[in-house]
Amino acid sequence: MSTISAMGGIVRRKEDPSLIQGKGIYVDDVKRRGELVAVFVRSPFAAATISGIDASAALELDGVHAVYTADDVRHLGPNPAQVAVGTLRPLLADGSVHHVGEAVAMVIADNRYIAQDAADLVFVDYEPKDAVVDLKEAFADTVQVHEGASNTLLTWHGNAWWEGVIELPDPSPGIQAAKERDDTVVVGLEMVNQRLIPTAIEPRAVLAEWNSGYGSVELWTSSQIPQAVAGAIGVAFGIPFNKVRVVAPEVGGGFGVKLNVYPDELLCCFASKDLGRPVRWTETRREAGFSSTQGRGWIGTATITGTRDGKILGYELDAICDMGAYTQNFTVAIPLLGLFVAPGQYDIPTSYALHCVVTNTPTTDAYRGAGRPEAAYYLERIIDAYAREIGMDPADVRKVNYWKPDQFPVTTEIGLTMDSGDYEKNLDALLDRVGYEDLKAKRDAARAEGRLLGIGLSTYVEVCGFGPSALAGLGFSWAGYGLPTAFNGSGVVRVQPDGTCTVTIGTAPSGQGHETTWAQIVSEGLGIPMENIEVRHGDSVDSPTGVGTFGSRSIAVDGTATFEATKRVKEKAATIAGHLLEAAPEDIHFADGGAHVAGSPDRSVTWAQIAESAYQPHTLPEGVEGGLESSVVFSPPNATWPFGSHMALVEVDPETGDVDLLEYWATDDCGNVINPMIVDGQLHGGIAQGIAQALFEEAIYDDVGNLLTASMLDYPLPAAESLPMFSLDRTVTPTDVNPLGVKGIGEAGTIGSAQTIVNAVVDAVSHLGVKHIDMPLRPKRVWQAIEDARN
Amino acid sequence: MEVGISVNGTDYRSDVEPRTLLVHFLRDQLGLTGTHVGCDTGYCGACTVIVDGRAVKSCTMFAVQADGRSVRTVEGVANGDELHPVQEGFWERHGLQCGFCTPGMIMSSVALLEHNDNPTESEIRHGIEGNLCRCTGYHNIVRSVRYASAKLRGEKPEGASGEVAP
Ligand code: FES
Ligand code: FES
Repeated sequence: MSTISAMGGIVRRKEDPSLIQGKGIYVDDVKRRGELVAVFVRSPFAAATISGIDASAALELDGVHAVYTADDVRHLGPNPAQVAVGTLRPLLADGSVHHVGEAVAMVIADNRYIAQDAADLVFVDYEPKDAVVDLKEAFADTVQVHEGASNTLLTWHGNAWWEGVIELPDPSPGIQAAKERDDTVVVGLEMVNQRLIPTAIEPRAVLAEWNSGYGSVELWTSSQIPQAVAGAIGVAFGIPFNKVRVVAPEVGGGFGVKLNVYPDELLCCFASKDLGRPVRWTETRREAGFSSTQGRGWIGTATITGTRDGKILGYELDAICDMGAYTQNFTVAIPLLGLFVAPGQYDIPTSYALHCVVTNTPTTDAYRGAGRPEAAYYLERIIDAYAREIGMDPADVRKVNYWKPDQFPVTTEIGLTMDSGDYEKNLDALLDRVGYEDLKAKRDAARAEGRLLGIGLSTYVEVCGFGPSALAGLGFSWAGYGLPTAFNGSGVVRVQPDGTCTVTIGTAPSGQGHETTWAQIVSEGLGIPMENIEVRHGDSVDSPTGVGTFGSRSIAVDGTATFEATKRVKEKAATIAGHLLEAAPEDIHFADGGAHVAGSPDRSVTWAQIAESAYQPHTLPEGVEGGLESSVVFSPPNATWPFGSHMALVEVDPETGDVDLLEYWATDDCGNVINPMIVDGQLHGGIAQGIAQALFEEAIYDDVGNLLTASMLDYPLPAAESLPMFSLDRTVTPTDVNPLGVKGIGEAGTIGSAQTIVNAVVDAVSHLGVKHIDMPLRPKRVWQAIEDARN
Repeated sequence: MEVGISVNGTDYRSDVEPRTLLVHFLRDQLGLTGTHVGCDTGYCGACTVIVDGRAVKSCTMFAVQADGRSVRTVEGVANGDELHPVQEGFWERHGLQCGFCTPGMIMSSVALLEHNDNPTESEIRHGIEGNLCRCTGYHNIVRSVRYASAKLRGEKPEGASGEVAP
C-alpha cells in the first residue's frame, strides 16, 4: 500500500529496515582495497615536555609502514577548524603535551593488532611538569597550562569579540540596589555542573583515501558535520574544495562529540597521501575518553534577589567553565550559548560572568544541549531555593516572572529576539496532567510516615535552529574560521525521470530520523508516496551548502529549505501538468501520486508522465526549461526558542541515600510537529541523559590529570534498569521564523531534566535542613548531606 | 589456527590468529558487519550474538573459542524477507534511533524471548541490562520487546503502528 504521509502523522521510519537487519553502513563497515590501520601513541602525562621520540623498534616490526610525529605534519599547520582563542592545537603534540591522552605519534600498520604492538614500542622521553585540573586553581593561574599565558581565555559578559556586535547592558547597579532593600531576600548557591563524557555508542571512526591520480581525497568519517570537515581538509592541504569528498554514512550517535573537525581526520588524510594507501582509524572506548571532546564542567554561583511575594529583581550567575587544554570548534562558544538563555523564560534583570578557563584535561565542546543545560541548571535550581526561602510554591514563583504571551516577540537583555512562547499555559498543562495538588498531598502524607518523597519541577527555554548566517560574526559559523561556509541549510528536491523523487539535504543525522521526516515534508507537498522518495544526506559532494546536524537546527533550517524547494518543484510540475491536461496551472492539484484538474478528477496525469515530459524538453510549453528540480539555500531570519516544563517524583532511602525515580512527566513545546513518534523518541533519549547526569554520570580526573573513568566500567551510563517509562505531552506554539512553524527538539529533554531530578531530591530532604547537593547524586553524597544536616 | 564455526547456518572453516576476537572474525573475515563494536570492556553489548542458544558479547570471546559451535548474528534472525518479530517490534515501536546498539539489542531480546516468552516490564529491563543505548532512553525498546513477545505468543500487539504512548 502506498502511503502519502501527512505532516504531523506518525510514520514508521524509512531508515529502520536496513538498521534492524544489520545492513546499515557505518564508517567501520566500509572497506577499501589495500587499507592500512592507524593507532595513536598517547601521552600518559597531563603536562610534560617531550625531549625525544624513538620509533626505531616499532619500525622494525613486520607490517609497520610508518610512524609519524609532529616533525612530519608541522607543515600542515594547526587544525584550521578551531576558534583562534588561546593556544592552537597542533595535529600531533609538538614539544610538549597538555593532557593525558594527547596524541604524540601515529603508527601505520597492516592491521590493528600489529599497529597496537608497534605503538607500544614507540619510546617517548617525557619530562613531567605540574598540571592543573581544579577549576578554581586554574582560574587563579597558580599553574599555567600553556606557559606564559593566563589560563582564562576570555570572560563572557562583555569582551571585544562580542561587544562589537551587541551592546551588552550592565544591570548590576539595579540588582545591587535591590539587594540593599530590606523587603527583599537574597539567595545564593555555589553549584557544580560536572564534566561528562558523551559516549555515543559508536566510537568515532575515519577512513581516508587519497587519490594522487585525480589529486583528490575521499574521507569517510563518523561526523555530524561532513561539510566542515571537507572545508578543513581543503584549507589544511591547500586543495580546492571540489577535490574533497567527505561522507558521513550512518552515524551511531552524535550528541555533539562528532561536531568537530578532529586532528585524526586530517592525519589519516595525510598518511594516505604519504603512503599511497587508504588509511583507517577507529577509536577505542578508552580513547574516546581521552581524545574526543567532553561536555559541561562548570562551577559557579547563582544568586537571586527578590521580593517576598516572588518577584525576582535580579539574577546573577558567576561561573568558571572548563575548556580543557585546547579549544576546538565551539569550545569557548558553549558558555556563550548558555548566556543566550541564562535568564530562561523570565523577564528578570540578569548579570553574568562566565570565565572560560583552560585546564590539563581533554577539550570540552558541545555536548547534548551545549551550554543550555548548564544555564537551565543554575537558574532552575536557584529559583527552587528562592521559592523555598520565601515559602512559595515553586510553580507559582515561575508564573510570576514569566514573559507573557502578549509580550512576544521578546527582545532579551542581550539583544536576541525570542520568537514565541506561552509558558504559563505549558506549565499549567503539566500541572493539570500530573494532578499537582494531589501529588503534593501524596508526598506530604508519605513524609508524615517518615518516607522521603520529593517533587521536582523545572521549566526551560532553549535557543536553537541555528541559524542565521549573520551570526557568523559571533563565531557561530565556520566562515569565522576561514572555512567556506556560513550557517544555513539546503534542500534539493529532484523528481527523477520515472516520477520518483530524490531529496538531498545539508544535514548529517546521527539517529534523528531525517529520512522519514523529510520524506513526510516532500510527500505532503507533492503527493508522491513516501516509498518513492529517497532522502540523501551526510555527503559533502551531494550537499555542499549544508552545515550538518547539531543544536536542534536541522528541521528548522534544512527542513525549511526542502519545504521551499518542494513548493518550487510543485509550481513547475503544475505548469507541465496543465500543459499535458490542457488546463490552467492554477487548476492543477496534486494527490494520490499524480496531478488532477480541479473539478474533473478523471483528468489526471501521474508523476511519471509529468517527469517524462520534463526530461523531454520538446514536449514542454514554450519558455519552460527541461528538468524537474529545485535547490534552495535557506538562512533563517532568527533562531527558534522551544520551551517546556518537566516534573519528577522521587523517593530517597534515608538509610542509604539511594534515589528511586518513581515518575517522570514532561510537557514540551517545539512548535509544529512533523512526526510525533520521532519527537517523543528524541525527548526520551534527552531526558535519560539529564537523569543520568543528575544521578550518576561524571568524568573524574585525579589531581595530576589522569582520567579515572575512561572505560564504561568506571563511567556508568544509564541502563534499562535505571530508568522509568516517561510520560510525555506537548503544547504547540508555532514559530514564525520559518514557514513550517517548527522549532527543534533534539536537546530539549536534556535541557529540562537534570535540575528536575535535583530539585526533586532536595525537595525530599529539605525539611531535614538540606539546601543543595551537587550532582551526581550518588547514594553516598545524598546520605552524607542528610547526615550533615541532621548534625 | 584453523577453526570451524557455523554462522547463521553456514559452516565456515578459517585460519585465524589465536588472538582474533570473535567479533573481528565475524566483521573482518566473514564481512558480517551487522555486529558492532562499541567498547573495549565487554560492557556496551553492541557486539552481542547468540552462541549455542545463549547471548554472548562477541568482543569477550576469541574466535578459537567458538570452534565447533553455532553462532547466530543479526544477519541471521530474519526468515528471508520476513522480519523476525523482534525486528518488527523495533520498527513498529520506534525502538531505535541511530541503530548502532540495535543489532546487539535485538540479539539480546531474541535470546530473552527464547527463554521467557511473556516477560514483564522489569524482566525486559533486566534482560537487556547488558546492552547500552545512548539514544532512546529505553522507553521504546521496552515497548518493542513487548510487541515482539505478544507477536511470538500469537497475540495481537496493543496499539497502532508507531504509536508512542505506552
Ligand atoms: S563491544 Fe562488546 S560489549 Fe561493547
Ligand atoms: S539507537 Fe543509538 S545507541 Fe541505541
